[in-house]
Amino acid sequence: MQEINGVSYLTKQIWTDATWLRFLSLNELGFFLMLIAGVLVLTFVLAYGTFVVWAERKVAGHVQDRLGPMRVGWHGWLQTLADGIKLMMKEDIYPTLADKPLFVLAPPIVFLSAFVGYAVVPFSQNAQMADLDIGVLYIMATASLGVIGLIMAGWASNSKWPLYGAMRSAALTVAYGIPLGLSIIPVLMVAGSLSMQDLVQSQNGGILHWNFFRCWPFMPLAFIIFFISNLAETNRVPFDIAEAESELVGGYHTEYSGVSFSVFFLAEYAAMYLACAVTTTLFLGGYLPPDLSGIPLILSLALLGIFLFWRFKTFHDRSQVSEAIFCAILVAAITLLWGVWPYFFWFLAKTGVLLYLMLHLRWTLPRLRIDQMMYMCWKVLTPVAFINILGTGLWWMWITGIPKNWWPY
Amino acid sequence: MTRKREFKSQEIYVNMGPQHPSTHGVLRLMLRTDGEIVSDVAPMIGYLHRCAEKYGESGTYQMMIPYTDRMDYLAGMNCNWAYCLAAEKLGNVVVPERAEYIRIVMGELNRIASHLIAFGTYGLDLGAFTPFFYALDEREKILDLFEMVCGARLTYSYFRIGGVSQDLPEGWEQRCNQFIDDFRLRMKEFNDLLSHNYIFIKRTADVGVISPAMAIDYGCTGPVLRGSGVRWDLRIDEAYSLYDRFRFQIPIGRGEKGAIGDSWDRYMVRIREMEQSCDIIKQALRGLPDTGEYRAKVPKVFKPPKGEVYVRSESSKGELGFYLISDGTDRPYRVKARSPSLSNLCVLPAISEGMMIADLVATLGSLDIVMGEIDR
Amino acid sequence: MEIQEIHARLAREFPDAVEAPPEVTSGETFLKVTAASIQDVCRFLKTESDLEFDSLMSLSGVDYPPEELVVVYHLCSTLRRHRVVLKVFVPREDPKLPTVSSVWPTANWHEREAYDLFGIRFLGHPGLRRILLPHDWEGHPLRKDYVFPTEYRGIKCHD
Repeated sequence: MQEINGVSYLTKQIWTDATWLRFLSLNELGFFLMLIAGVLVLTFVLAYGTFVVWAERKVAGHVQDRLGPMRVGWHGWLQTLADGIKLMMKEDIYPTLADKPLFVLAPPIVFLSAFVGYAVVPFSQNAQMADLDIGVLYIMATASLGVIGLIMAGWASNSKWPLYGAMRSAALTVAYGIPLGLSIIPVLMVAGSLSMQDLVQSQNGGILHWNFFRCWPFMPLAFIIFFISNLAETNRVPFDIAEAESELVGGYHTEYSGVSFSVFFLAEYAAMYLACAVTTTLFLGGYLPPDLSGIPLILSLALLGIFLFWRFKTFHDRSQVSEAIFCAILVAAITLLWGVWPYFFWFLAKTGVLLYLMLHLRWTLPRLRIDQMMYMCWKVLTPVAFINILGTGLWWMWITGIPKNWWPY
Repeated sequence: MTRKREFKSQEIYVNMGPQHPSTHGVLRLMLRTDGEIVSDVAPMIGYLHRCAEKYGESGTYQMMIPYTDRMDYLAGMNCNWAYCLAAEKLGNVVVPERAEYIRIVMGELNRIASHLIAFGTYGLDLGAFTPFFYALDEREKILDLFEMVCGARLTYSYFRIGGVSQDLPEGWEQRCNQFIDDFRLRMKEFNDLLSHNYIFIKRTADVGVISPAMAIDYGCTGPVLRGSGVRWDLRIDEAYSLYDRFRFQIPIGRGEKGAIGDSWDRYMVRIREMEQSCDIIKQALRGLPDTGEYRAKVPKVFKPPKGEVYVRSESSKGELGFYLISDGTDRPYRVKARSPSLSNLCVLPAISEGMMIADLVATLGSLDIVMGEIDR
Repeated sequence: MEIQEIHARLAREFPDAVEAPPEVTSGETFLKVTAASIQDVCRFLKTESDLEFDSLMSLSGVDYPPEELVVVYHLCSTLRRHRVVLKVFVPREDPKLPTVSSVWPTANWHEREAYDLFGIRFLGHPGLRRILLPHDWEGHPLRKDYVFPTEYRGIKCHD
């Protein structure tokens, strides 16, 4: 009895009096809502991750004069699911001399660092887990935690090629964090806030108010630096030297297999999508619609209609069911998003364009060497980013006038 | 109280291969590296050794032909050809004109196919995936043409002592002509995609420079030698077969993007050679006699007189020489194949000191080795 | 330059080392060089301004049981467009001769191959190890009296 009381007292204390909940300024309801939101976002990331993997393979296929996955589902849209199941059923192999705890811990840390960033991503006006005052800094901080996981993976594998990969990725992430941070500053100066919602709202008022179209040529330059740095931070071609398979076999994930490998794989795509989401928020007006009087909307709906009409006119028996399901999901998603949640639709559309850009680059470009990458980071991007900050500052002063109290003393 | 920490660094040994994505087969490179910098490379070969020369001694002259396919398996026709040239010189066989023309077409087509693999895998070595698929796509069409003439797609054994095994099938010339026309258009795409890509040039220019003197000293031949700016092509300098009837250029490395003899030069020599091969094939198809034997009358039991020859020809990788000794019987007393890749590879330790690992991969790819030929 | 001229040139420089090219009815003829002087002859052939044999095309071993092993050097000059074949006869029981890898670096691997497959020892070679076969392989396969092993490291071969 006492124990039960004791437990209940303890629970009560935890749920109501615990300071960490106060710190987050949440009550019980808020906490559970937060949990649900977290699960929702996780589901979204996983589902979208599998979609991106499929998209990557299709893009790769079509860039390379072939079809890509075609067997599982209509045009292979369920292929990633099948691969995921296959990877989960495979044996997890731990090298004999590996540092097992670190080896097991590394993939979740990498995934976590990519995932926690989603907490502050504004998918829509209300769909945001937490509108932190320091949203941008938070993402910068958590995203660069991933390198710890990569180094752990490389070290724990107790093998030389993964170690090389880990060292490379450490050098890369640390170095490219600097132009990444510097290229955000112009945006922050214009918006005057670090909160993601404020950043989006500061771009309200149609396509010409998006940061990318403001303050030429400084903002586009910041966008380019930010995009390049993001490619490096997420280990994408032409900066994929950390897992350069022609040099390092597989880089840090050489020794991984089964589920651990798939977690690495997923983490890469989660990080990629996070990078696209942040780029959209900072430079492309976030979830805000471009506000072109609905012309593109009508146009794209018409195109979609024509496509569907054409598809179902030339019907093949073989993939009938799967294709119908795919199209139904597509149509439902678009209608739902467009009608019910237009902000979310625009968010997806913009990130989708950026994502495609990343995919297309990967299948077009060769890879840089590490010293060339370091050269580019320290001697090109970083100075340009500094000059860019200066330029944006001057431009902004020219627009808004010199503030009265510009000299603090 | 502060404690001074000492950081020690040491060189490590890394095994690159025998199973490694960019060693082009089962080559093992023992690297001694200081971080990313390679201080020493020791190639270890022999994982594919089958002692083909012993096979050659134990069978008749004709029985060696299929083994030559397995040497440079990317350019089987050229290997067949080199061996048949040697056997024919040993036995004083005169090859009919039509057979010579067919051989030239096949040899040049196979040169294109081999260079396409070199082009595609070089892209892979540098992290560009797409060129590989483009190259293989074109190569498939060449293999289709080969399949039409001999039924095989990789190990052809199409050449015979004194000619080729069978005549061209009907309509083959038209298809080949068509392919060459299409291929020339695709070459432009290749160049746009890779050759003049900024990153590609940055990765290959001034990397793995082989000076002309060094190239000759180390016995480099073929595109590796020509990439160093030495105008040396056996098709012209020792015009075998009917090559003296053809007009074509020898592309050499000119150091356009960096020093003469860098990886980009070697790569570009191969690209330009493909264009020249197209020219040769066009000329050969025009000059191909409509009638005539496709094979000289050579007795089934081929017994060349006592003697020895060393005959070399320009394979896609370089100088492929066969040293044949006859003791008057129907079996060669000694068959020695001098493979171009072996000599091209042995220059690697000399040029790779102080390179980065990524550069080593780029250099190795530009040497375009085939392990089947090195290990024999 | 024809082989007779090359021989005359060499005979002046190395009177005892080089034999006249034998008449052959078919194929190529060659110059027979003594084992002790092969390195000097090669260096001379490479450096002399009217010979300039800058390229070693091929280096092969040939087995003539029961007495002799032959090392055959195919030389070519890319500048003067002439070629020559040198042969060195070494006793089969104790085959050794100086290396030419200091003259042409490419000879390094070719000599290792000849050592591997014929058991010819090249004196002064910077690392005369087996190249194609495993380091613990027994025998030299291209010798005519080589008996194929039926077992290697527990891997059995049934003929």
